[in-house]
Amino acid sequence: MLNYVIRRIIYAIPIIIGVNLLTAILFFYVNTPDDMARKILGEKNVTPQVIEGWKREHGYDLPLFVNESEKGAGKVLRTIFFQKSLPLLWLNFGRSDRNNIDIRREIRGRMWASFAVALPTFIIGILVDITFAMIIAYMRGTSLDLSGVVACVILMSVSTLFYIIGGQYLFGKMLRLFPISGYSTGIHAVKFVILPVVIGVISGAGGGIRFYRTVFLEELGKDYIRTARAKGLSEGTVLFKHALKNAMIPVLTNVVVSIPFLFYGSLLMESFFSIPGLGSFTIDAINAQDFAIVRAMVYLGSILYIIGLVLTDISYTLVDPRVRLG
Amino acid sequence: MPVILATDLIMYFLFLMAASFTVFAARGGGVCAQVWRHIRKDRLAMVSMFILLLYGGVALMDSIRWRDPITAQDGTFAQTPDGKRIFNPQALSLLDRILHNLREDTEKTFSPPFAGYSYVKEAIERPNGATERDYAPLKHPGDHWLGTDKVGSDVLFSALKGIRTGVVIGTGTTIIIIPFALFFGVLAGYFGGFADDIIQYIYTTLSSIPGVLLIVAFMLIFGTSGYQGGLVTEDTLLFGFFVPQDRLFWLCVIMGITSWTDLCRIIRGETLKLRELEYVQAANAFGVSDTMTIIRHIVPNLMHLVLITLVLQFSSLVLAEAILSYIGIGVGPETGSWGNMINSARLELSREPVVWWSILGAFIFMFGLVLPANIFGDSVRDSLDPRLRMGKR
Amino acid sequence: MTPVLEVKNLKTYFRTPFGLGKAVDGISFSIGKGETFALVGESGCGKSVTALSIMQLVPGPHGFIAEGECFLNGKEITGLSESEKRKIRGNNISMIFQEPMTSLNPVFTIGEQIVEAVKLHHKKSSREARDIAVGMLGKVRLKSPETLFKEYPHRLSGGMRQRVMIAMALACKPDLLIADEPTTSLDVTIQREILNLIKELQTEMFASVLLISHNLAVVFENANRVGVMYGGKIVEMSGTKDIFRNPMHPYTIKLLRAAPGVEKRTKPLDTIPGAVPASVDFPAGCRFSGRCHREMEGCAAMEPPLYGRENSHLVTHLVTHLAAHLVACHLYDPGFMSKPYSRPLGKIPEAAPLPALPHKDRETLLTVKGLKYYYPVKKGILKKTTGYLRAVDGIDLTVRKGSTLALVGESGCGKTTAGKAILKLIEPTEGNVIFKGCDITRLSGRGLLPYRSLMQIIFQDPYSSLDPRMMAGDIIEEGLKSLKPGLGKKSRKERVSRVLDMVGLTPDMRNRYPHEFSGGQRQRIGIARVLAVEPEFIVCDEATSSLDVSVQAQILNLLKSIQQDFGLSFLFITHDLSIVEYMADEVAVMYDGKIVESGTVEEIFTNPKEEYTKRLLLAVPRIEVA
Repeated sequence: MLNYVIRRIIYAIPIIIGVNLLTAILFFYVNTPDDMARKILGEKNVTPQVIEGWKREHGYDLPLFVNESEKGAGKVLRTIFFQKSLPLLWLNFGRSDRNNIDIRREIRGRMWASFAVALPTFIIGILVDITFAMIIAYMRGTSLDLSGVVACVILMSVSTLFYIIGGQYLFGKMLRLFPISGYSTGIHAVKFVILPVVIGVISGAGGGIRFYRTVFLEELGKDYIRTARAKGLSEGTVLFKHALKNAMIPVLTNVVVSIPFLFYGSLLMESFFSIPGLGSFTIDAINAQDFAIVRAMVYLGSILYIIGLVLTDISYTLVDPRVRLG
Repeated sequence: MPVILATDLIMYFLFLMAASFTVFAARGGGVCAQVWRHIRKDRLAMVSMFILLLYGGVALMDSIRWRDPITAQDGTFAQTPDGKRIFNPQALSLLDRILHNLREDTEKTFSPPFAGYSYVKEAIERPNGATERDYAPLKHPGDHWLGTDKVGSDVLFSALKGIRTGVVIGTGTTIIIIPFALFFGVLAGYFGGFADDIIQYIYTTLSSIPGVLLIVAFMLIFGTSGYQGGLVTEDTLLFGFFVPQDRLFWLCVIMGITSWTDLCRIIRGETLKLRELEYVQAANAFGVSDTMTIIRHIVPNLMHLVLITLVLQFSSLVLAEAILSYIGIGVGPETGSWGNMINSARLELSREPVVWWSILGAFIFMFGLVLPANIFGDSVRDSLDPRLRMGKR
Repeated sequence: MTPVLEVKNLKTYFRTPFGLGKAVDGISFSIGKGETFALVGESGCGKSVTALSIMQLVPGPHGFIAEGECFLNGKEITGLSESEKRKIRGNNISMIFQEPMTSLNPVFTIGEQIVEAVKLHHKKSSREARDIAVGMLGKVRLKSPETLFKEYPHRLSGGMRQRVMIAMALACKPDLLIADEPTTSLDVTIQREILNLIKELQTEMFASVLLISHNLAVVFENANRVGVMYGGKIVEMSGTKDIFRNPMHPYTIKLLRAAPGVEKRTKPLDTIPGAVPASVDFPAGCRFSGRCHREMEGCAAMEPPLYGRENSHLVTHLVTHLAAHLVACHLYDPGFMSKPYSRPLGKIPEAAPLPALPHKDRETLLTVKGLKYYYPVKKGILKKTTGYLRAVDGIDLTVRKGSTLALVGESGCGKTTAGKAILKLIEPTEGNVIFKGCDITRLSGRGLLPYRSLMQIIFQDPYSSLDPRMMAGDIIEEGLKSLKPGLGKKSRKERVSRVLDMVGLTPDMRNRYPHEFSGGQRQRIGIARVLAVEPEFIVCDEATSSLDVSVQAQILNLLKSIQQDFGLSFLFITHDLSIVEYMADEVAVMYDGKIVESGTVEEIFTNPKEEYTKRLLLAVPRIEVA
């Protein structure tokens, strides 16, 4: 088991390096430090001297990959790539371009707010989706199945923006059940979290229910289900015992990979509900054109995704006896 | 003087695709006929297809544009000193010209649907000379079916202008990536070995970066450059009529980069399966070259996947574009987009009294596109992928 | 004595987009205590649907039992509530299926799956249920049942899984066991073991068995009574010996004659024209009309009821008379035969016997020497090759001009890989293939092209061997374009027409897509495609094993006649020994990548020397009517 985990992690290393290179190319080569400086300082009235000054101040005045003016190791060490991009590997995100804040500290401070909204949305969402999907799958072929599928397609066809705007308007403004937006620490966070969670669950329900329904129906068409029925098992046992355990395998791919992202939050939700998490951090950085933060967030997102993939592989071994370890 | 944007080419290509689909479907055989046979029996899908064709038609009309020559006082065309005609910098589309009433009949500010009076009070001079604050009568009472927005432009017109953006993003993104995904997917799947390893590595790495963030990064770097609608200046034009720096086109490309990996992975997997099939081995036994085998046997048998991807990606791309434009990294403010409409309408909901029609307009038009697209997409997938057909009705 | 199962006028229909499919359309039979009753027929005739109907497991919502009754020990069961039906399923009636590889739930242990049924139907404690399960695993002769109990299905081979299925089905001591093609996907030696096991346990438990099979020999060896099904109906029913000795229905007669065998070597096999119709377009009258060689004018319009043989009395739906020989054919109805519409429609002429040619003295066309094909086994992070899977491990073969060499063996023995390596469709690891004096293993690219047209292959699966996006004409032309570049467009078209005609298709079929053809017709296109490039040597890789018996006969006849006409040599790769007996001149028996024995058909079949060959030959079920 440990052997297997180690191997999965080793497989992830070249991908992490690839992501690092890609972000370096994107943020320092496609978008040169000069471009960055111009965007931050404003397009007009910037002299080359001002740009150079800004670059020096933020450490962007070095060559990208190879520093010809240095000798020996300095050729590699005194470069933007080595000083700005490589430290990302050990999660040293450096300082932001605008306010010169420590990005890692900021992320640590903000991730729990993201987590407070994302975790309940995630858990309640999965439970709601799977429950409805199983009910629909149980009723397959009936008019309830058909109307369930139609409802899903309709739910899927509405933009998240409308769910958020409509939800805020209905629950916050008309019914005054919850505050429209804002956040608080500790136990008071609950009243701020409920509305985004409800909206998050509803906006994901259409696609989620439909996905799980397809998964269940696919399992129900398999030969072993016929065997189970031929044993005299009830439809409920067939569905909830035999089909569900097999369906967990494709469900896992969908679910486990997003667990690390619970710390990452959602761009839209957080900006609409003014939750001081990582999503709104990113949105603020976009608006402020703070490239250091965006780069850090892109990289962090990739790392979380890769961690999710490794977790998925590991979770397979717990559910599917056919996956061999070693 | 015609003006052609890079995205207009996508629309023309889409039109050609629809036309050739009709021809192939009528001739029988192949993927198109297979799809048509299925859809013809599915009433809901037929209605959806009709609605999608309407949207497509509007988008196409909005993609045929030209600049009018400026007429001088004496009625002749204005000319530069060296005898060239001077054109109006505004390139109006066929749709703009047909709906010129909607475009030009603006009010001062908000007015509800079908209203005769403005929504906000203003100082009005009565015939008797007295001035009082009241709801002013509109210049075009009853003409604004979806009301007017803050600056008095017609909401219906704005919503109609959003159609082209939606359709272009929804289809263009996939169309742009198809050749690349096909090429690399088939290369990796058919030949395997080193090429396979490299291609797999590239798309695994690329897909590790969350799509939204990659788009955010790209668009941030892209900044505000590119043609965003509005006036055409001579330096944006190539050959006097072509606009290559079309921001919407680059948005398609960038969104394509993130969705490329999925299609490439699917095509690679299917090619691996096809390569082992007996008809490919039969071609091998006949000494048919690899290139010919790929052209004759592999690619035609992948087309259904491409078609499925095209129709199934459509709605999620339309929804994604609205969100990006809402965040402010999508199309520019001068390009009609439902995301932009929602962005400005959002604050109007917190006004007292509430301005609800702008958001309603964006909602109706978006929902009216995405719902049929979902239904139609499902039907196309069902017709081509018997494995997934199970359990549906 | 009441029969264990009595089925009366059962009708199971399916709603399809093309209309109502009458998959089972009014069948009646009964099974006595301890008896084995077999339903036999080609695919699509309603055998499996009958089984599922008895289990009350017709797949909804499209399928439904439209009419009829099933009595279990005298008690009607179709009208029961769902919960009462569940008490019968797995308890009184249990079932084993064709596909053992997918019929067990992959995420539960074997023990859990058996215990589940025991606990459900017999109120037993976990401990008792466990003991019963372990006992059953021992009874089906699985080694170390205690460890197997905790094992997951994927660790077991197909034969072992089918044993587990049998253990599971018999754990509750059912009155009736339904075995739906229980050995079709298994090798012939394992087939024999499984069938013997079922028979043994049946005697021990005194259970009745409903055996469903397309294989006449399996039915002959295992059943007490047989019902022959065609088009959703039982067309003939009697005791096994009786039906095989005196078949009465034209379909039964033809089916028996279409099966290949050693005694038919010199003449073409009897065939049934056309293919089994789909359940939505069964003919209105006799279901066999349109394909029957004894068809009379009235057959297509009038449906024949079941007649008893002795005195031609009508016995429809009254099957209490277990010993009767019943047949549904107008030929045996004096009333029908006295009418003017009993005039025969015309007889299909008997085919002329084939001249037998000696083969030993013929010259050698192809020699295979020490051919090896190894798959590398890759392991570890760097995918190092740690070992090799020896799929083909040094085989020698000789194919003579104008004759057929059969390469027989069970699944996984490497015979298909060998066939592909001989044609250089895969690169052999070692060894030589000498064709007409030239070692083709040394050739590649352009140098190989001339040999590509001389050496060809016909594939097993008529569904995946034709590109679904190409028309029949283009499929046949593909080889011509590549291998006969000298031919003009017109002569290519001519040749396509000629080969289509040769394989019994019409030239106007060139513009059809593969999905518009039946399985047999597709296989004909596969043959036409090969004939078009004028080969001298053809590898037939299980070329008929996915076809029904009657269609298989058509294809075997076609292959034999083209062999006669063009002096072709075949390498016939197959697992079916009856085809070997019928088709081959020489035979090579392959086991685990090696040739264990080879010689002429007479030598091998009458006097096998190796243990494996003997075991293989003994395992083949045979119809031996004294």
